[in-house]
Amino acid sequence: MQLCDTPAHELSILLRKKKISAKEIVESCLERVAAVDGRPGSLDPGENSSQDNQSVHAMITLTAEKALAQAKGLDDKVARGEPLGSLAGVPFTVKDIFCVKDTLTTAASRMLANFRAPYTATTVERMLAQDGLMIGKVNLDEYTFGSSNESTAFQPAPRNPWDTNRVPGGSSGGSAASVAAGEAAISLGTDTAGSIRQPAAFCGVVGIKPTYGRVSRYGLIAFASSLDCPGPLARNVTDAAMLLKAIAGPDRQDATAVTKAVPDYVGVLDQGVKGLRIGLSEDYFKIVYMDAETGEMLQKPVPDEVRAAVYHAAEILKAQGAEIIEDVPMPNTRYAIPAFFVISRVEAASNLHRFDGAKYGYRTAQPKRDLREMYQATRNEAFGLQPKLRILMGMYVSAAQYSEQYYSRALKVRTLIRRDFENVFDPGSSYHLDALLTPTTPTTAFEMGAVYGDSVLMQYADQFTVTANHAGIPGMTFPAGLGADGLPLGVQLLGPDFSEPILLRMGRVFEEGTQAEAWRLQKPQVLRGLA
Amino acid sequence: MSEYELVIGLETHIQLNTVTKIFCACKADSWEMEPNTNICPVCAGLPGVLPVLNEEVLRKGVLLAYAMHSEIRNVSFFDRKNYFYPDLPKGYQITQYDMSLGNGGYMDLFIPEDAGATRRVSITKLHLEEDAGKTKNAGSERLIDFNRCGVPLIEMVTGPDLRSAAEAAQYLTRLRQLLRWLGVSEADMEKGHLRCDANVSIRPVGSTQLFTKTEIKNVNSIENVRSAIELEYERQVREVEAGNRIQAWTLDWDDEKNELKKMRSKETEADYRYFREPDLLPVRLSDEWIQAVLADFPELPLHRKQRFLTDYHLTEYDADLLTTDRQLSEYFESAVKVYGGDPKKIANYLMNDVLRMLNESGKSAADTRLTPQYLADIVKMADAGKINASTAKNLLVKVEASGQAPNEIVAAEGLGQVRDDAAIRAVVEKVIAGNPKEVEAYRAGKESLIGWFTGQVMREMRGKADPKLAQEILKEILGS
Repeated sequence: MQLCDTPAHELSILLRKKKISAKEIVESCLERVAAVDGRPGSLDPGENSSQDNQSVHAMITLTAEKALAQAKGLDDKVARGEPLGSLAGVPFTVKDIFCVKDTLTTAASRMLANFRAPYTATTVERMLAQDGLMIGKVNLDEYTFGSSNESTAFQPAPRNPWDTNRVPGGSSGGSAASVAAGEAAISLGTDTAGSIRQPAAFCGVVGIKPTYGRVSRYGLIAFASSLDCPGPLARNVTDAAMLLKAIAGPDRQDATAVTKAVPDYVGVLDQGVKGLRIGLSEDYFKIVYMDAETGEMLQKPVPDEVRAAVYHAAEILKAQGAEIIEDVPMPNTRYAIPAFFVISRVEAASNLHRFDGAKYGYRTAQPKRDLREMYQATRNEAFGLQPKLRILMGMYVSAAQYSEQYYSRALKVRTLIRRDFENVFDPGSSYHLDALLTPTTPTTAFEMGAVYGDSVLMQYADQFTVTANHAGIPGMTFPAGLGADGLPLGVQLLGPDFSEPILLRMGRVFEEGTQAEAWRLQKPQVLRGLA
Repeated sequence: MSEYELVIGLETHIQLNTVTKIFCACKADSWEMEPNTNICPVCAGLPGVLPVLNEEVLRKGVLLAYAMHSEIRNVSFFDRKNYFYPDLPKGYQITQYDMSLGNGGYMDLFIPEDAGATRRVSITKLHLEEDAGKTKNAGSERLIDFNRCGVPLIEMVTGPDLRSAAEAAQYLTRLRQLLRWLGVSEADMEKGHLRCDANVSIRPVGSTQLFTKTEIKNVNSIENVRSAIELEYERQVREVEAGNRIQAWTLDWDDEKNELKKMRSKETEADYRYFREPDLLPVRLSDEWIQAVLADFPELPLHRKQRFLTDYHLTEYDADLLTTDRQLSEYFESAVKVYGGDPKKIANYLMNDVLRMLNESGKSAADTRLTPQYLADIVKMADAGKINASTAKNLLVKVEASGQAPNEIVAAEGLGQVRDDAAIRAVVEKVIAGNPKEVEAYRAGKESLIGWFTGQVMREMRGKADPKLAQEILKEILGS
C-alpha cells in the first residue's frame, strides 16, 4: 500500500515512530494527484478531452509548495523530539468554501475566482495546529448549491473515482473524490442538506455531519447559516473520528458554536454496540416528491439493493448486541425537501448579498452609469445558474407578502421534523432509540449530466439526509457495499444531539464486522490501473 | 397660521459608548481615524465571518430601556434587514425587528412654555443594531469608509406626540442628558453619537387625524432640529394654504445654508425581507441578570432635581442647573454632606466659580482635583473668618491647580485672614498718608471713595485683611 492510501491514524503512528517522514507522505499524495486528478478546475476550460473524462478533477488549487514547506517544518519538529499534534502527518484537502489565509478561496464561483482570504477558518486553523498537512483546496458545487458538483464554475467538474462517467455527488464532491482516490487521507467538507454524506456515500467513504454547533462555522462561506455544518470525510471511521476531534469545540468567533466539552471520539470507538437500540423507518425507504404539474405527492420505493444494504448493516449490528426496532414512524420526512427549499433559499439569498463587486471578488468590466447597474452587471456576469435560481426563489418566498405563506410555514415544518426525532430518541418514549439506520441516498451515483438542470429532482438526492440539518442532529454515512452497477452504497445513522460517539461506535462495529466481505477488496476505477 | 398644529415624531440613533464594536473586537470609536483603519474581517463583512454579540451592548441597552419605562424582554432576537448599499458590506444590517430588547416606553417632558404641564412622549421602538459605514463622492469616484461599520446603536423612535419645535428640542435635550447620565452614550450630536430624524406633519387645530408627513434628515444639533422643524412647519402651512397637498418627501438639512433641501420623494415602502439572524442566538436575559445590571441604576435627573428642591431648599433654577450633569449633582451632594452647613452656599460656589473653572479646563466634576471635601473645607474656613471671600475664591483655583489640601496652602502661603486690629491700623495709616488728595475729597463729602481706600488696604496686605474690619478702621480714621 502506498502512503497516500494508508489510513490517517496509521500514518500518524508511522511518523511518530520515524518510520516515514512527512515529506514522503506529501510526495506520495502529490504523485497520486498527478496520476489521477487531471487538470485542476478553471474558469475557461474549453472542451473536455477523453483524458479529462477519465480523471477525478477534485482540485481547484493544489497547494503543493505549502504542503512541502509544512512537511519540512513537521519533520524538523519530529527530529527535535517536540510534541506533535493529533493530525501529525495526516494529509488533508479542504473544500474550497473555507477561507484559508493567503490562499485562493473561490467557492467554485467566478465571483470569488480571484479572492484571497485574509484570514483562516477556525476548522482549518485547528487542523493545521494539529500538524495536519494541507494538500489542496477541492472543488464543490458553486457556493455549495448542488448535489452533483456539476454546477461548479471551475470545470472540468469532479468525477466519481469509482466510475468517471458518474458524478461524485455534492456539494462536497471534491472532498469525497479526493479522499476516495487517495489524494489525501481526510477532507474537510460542509453539509447543509447532505453535502458531506451524499458525496461520501457516492464515493464509498465515511462522512459525518456533526450536531449543529458542534463545529465552528467561522470562515465557512455561508449557504444557509442555520443548516450549514462543517464535518469530516475519511476512508474509515477512525480517521473520521480523529478529524472530528480536531475540529469540534467552542469558538469565540462563532456564537452558535456550543460550549459543551468535546468527547474523545477516537477513544470510545471500540466500546461496541451492546444494548444500543437502532431503529428502521419505512419513511426512509421511499422517496416522496411532488408532481411538478399537479402538486400531488408521489411515492417511489428505494431500489431493493439500497434496502438490502441497510438491512445487512442492521444484521451486523444486531449480531454485536444491538437491538433493531422496525417500523419507526417518521411522518414528516416527506416535507423535508420542500421546507428546505424555502428556508435555505431565504438564507442563501441574504448570504449572497455581500457579493456585489464593491469590495472584493469579481466586478464587471463594463463601465456603468451608476451603482445599481454595477451591482446588476457584476452579479449577472459572475453568478452561475444555481446562485441565481436560489436568489430568485429566496427573494420571492421572503418578500413581505409571501413570507407568512412560505417562510413561516417552512419554519413550522422544520419544528415538526425535529419533533419526529425527539419522539423516537427521547429516553422516556416507547422507542427510546439511540439511532436511526437509513439509506444515505435513494440511489448510487448518477451519471454526469443525467439530472443536472433539474434542480428539483437533484434535490431529492438529499431527501434522507436533509432531515438531520433541519433537526440539527448528527448524521453519519459509511460505505456498506456495492450496487449492481459496481458503485458504492452508503448507509446512514442519525442520532440525537451530540450522539456522535454512539454513531461512531456503531460505524466502527459495522466496519469490523464486514472486513472480510468481498466488496471491501474492490478499489475505485481510477486506482485499478495503478501500480 | 395659528390654526395649524404641528405633529412631530423623532427617530433617534444613539451610538453606545462601549469599548468595542457590537459584533467584533474592533474599537467602537474611530473619531478622527484614517478611513478603513479600524476594521477587521467581521465588521468589513468578508465572506465566511460571523458576528458575536458584545454583552456590554446589552447592559447599556437594558439601562436605557429601563430609564425609558420600556418593557425589557427576557427573550429578544436579532434580524437581518436586507438591502444593497456600498456602506453596508454584508448587504444586510443586523438589527432587531419585531422582538426587540425594549417594548414600548415613554418619556415625560416638562413643557417650559406651559409651566407645570408635562407631555408624555411615547416610545414605539427601542432596538439594538449595528451601524453602517460612510460613503462620499470624490469627483467621479465613490469612496467608502468602513470604520463605523459595527458600531453599536440603539434606535429609538417616538410616537407622533410632540407638538412644537421647542418640544422636540426639549425631548432631545432631555434625552441627551439622560444618555450621559446613564453613561451609555457620549450623546454628542456634532460627532454623530446622537442622530435625529424628524417626521413632521401639520393638521388643523382640534383634528386628531395624522396627515402626510415629511422626514427631515441629517440634522446635527438640537438647535438645528428646532430651526428645521420651524422652517418645515412654515413650508407646509404655505403649501396647504396655497391649496397644495403635502408630499411625502425626505428632506435634507443643509448645515451651511440653514435650509432644507428635497432629497427624494418617498417611493413605496422598501421590502427589507426581514428574517431572524441565524448567526446569532436568541438574546435570553434572566431576571437575575437584568436585576444585576439595574442594581446600581442611578436616581434620574428629574427625580434628583425634585429631591434637591425639597431636601436642600434650592431654587428651581439652581436645582435644574445642578442636575444637568450626573457628576455635578453627585459632587454637590457630597460637598453638602461634608460641609454640613447651608447647601445654598455650596450651590453658589459651585455655580459661580467651580463650574466656570471646569468649563475652562474641560474637566468633569468627577475628575477635578478640587474634591467635594476640599470645597467644603474652603467654605468652612471662609465661614469661620479664617480667610476672606476673595482668598476663598483664589484658593479654589490653587487647589485645582496643585491638588494640595486648602489648609496646607493657607498655612504655606500665609493666606490666613488678618484680624489684628493693630496690623490693619498701621497699613490704614500708611494708605491715608500716601494719598492726601483722595483723603481731602473724601472729607469733602465723596464718601464713595471708601471702597477705593479699602481696596488699597487689601492690596497692601495681599488680600489677607478682613475687609469689614479694614473699612471700619478706615472710616474711623478718615472721619476723625
